[in-house]
Amino acid sequence: MHAYANPTRFLSLARPLTPWLLFGGMALVLVACAWGILSTPPERLQGESVKIIFVHVPMAWLGMAGWTGIAIASISELIWRHPLASHAARAIAVPGALFALLCLVTGAIWGRPAWGTWWVWDGRLTSMLVLFFLYLAYIVLANETSKTSGQSRIAAIFGVVGIVNLPIIRFSVEWWETQHQGTSISITGKSTIDALYLWPLLVSAIGFSLLFAAIVLMRMRASLAETKVEGRLKRMAAE
Amino acid sequence: MKAKHQRLTLAVLALVALVGAGVLSAFALQDRANYFYTPADIVAKQPPAGQAIRLGGMVEEGSIKHEADGVTVNFIVQDGTARQAVIYTGITPDLFVEGSGVVADGKLTSHGTFVADSLLAKHDENYVPRELEGIDMTGNMTKTDTLVE
Repeated sequence: MHAYANPTRFLSLARPLTPWLLFGGMALVLVACAWGILSTPPERLQGESVKIIFVHVPMAWLGMAGWTGIAIASISELIWRHPLASHAARAIAVPGALFALLCLVTGAIWGRPAWGTWWVWDGRLTSMLVLFFLYLAYIVLANETSKTSGQSRIAAIFGVVGIVNLPIIRFSVEWWETQHQGTSISITGKSTIDALYLWPLLVSAIGFSLLFAAIVLMRMRASLAETKVEGRLKRMAAE
Repeated sequence: MKAKHQRLTLAVLALVALVGAGVLSAFALQDRANYFYTPADIVAKQPPAGQAIRLGGMVEEGSIKHEADGVTVNFIVQDGTARQAVIYTGITPDLFVEGSGVVADGKLTSHGTFVADSLLAKHDENYVPRELEGIDMTGNMTKTDTLVE
């Protein structure tokens, strides 16, 4: 757990990893979208609009994975006082909010032709909107509290509490009758999405995940550098 | 007890309480968070005529009948156990076809017909290419594999 607690050791790993994640992610996303958009057939009922799935679903998954990351970082900050945890949680919040927003926007664009409406207040759409608002609240809270002091624990507690929303998003389509369709992709059972759509979707999801990781590493590096500068300025002022 | 262990215990307890509260409130919401009534719900709950409700289910095969005015459509929504006759005047969404899902806002008349004010199509969890239409999902997967090769 504390092997990479040392910021210097973390940076020695993060620095060479960032370009690989960034360019690898970009390449995979481009390949998956070209594959998905150009070479998959129109869907039986949705026609060409099915192709937004190659962006919409990875955005939804990563929007949720992002908060999982915030919660894990928050727990390691609260319990183990991990020195990088508050930097990591803050670094995840902005891309997490962006991905959740893109999920909502691409969903609305798909919903207009497919359902006949941009938006409905069903369980899935509402809980996803709540996730986006949780991210915004977290960003505000994290900006108002210092990364290094005990104050940061307020943001960490909020990060842990917010995790309650994740099972609600995941199971909303099973617990309640919703406008949104049920789960199509299953790891253990049979997926009800044709393999022609599933493969480019999985490649796209891996690509966006690498991009997400690259953004997080870049933001963590910037955040650590800021803390270093602040510390140095404080020492200079004291001398 | 070390401070670290104390924090760990506290965090675990807080998490359990938190998740418990979440599950309990989701459970309490059960009925009210449903976005629509299925025909079986209408049979079970008997909502009074004239009350605004939302109906959801599958459009029964062979049930869509267009009236002479060109914009009024009659069809039956079913959920496997109950059926509900619906009448709607207006333009239907592209995904509104027999055997597909539908969500309609409206109210029941005293004759038991559902008069819809608005109609939304509902997509199901099956994503099937157009050229494979009509083939069931089990046969579909093998067919897809040969297509990919």
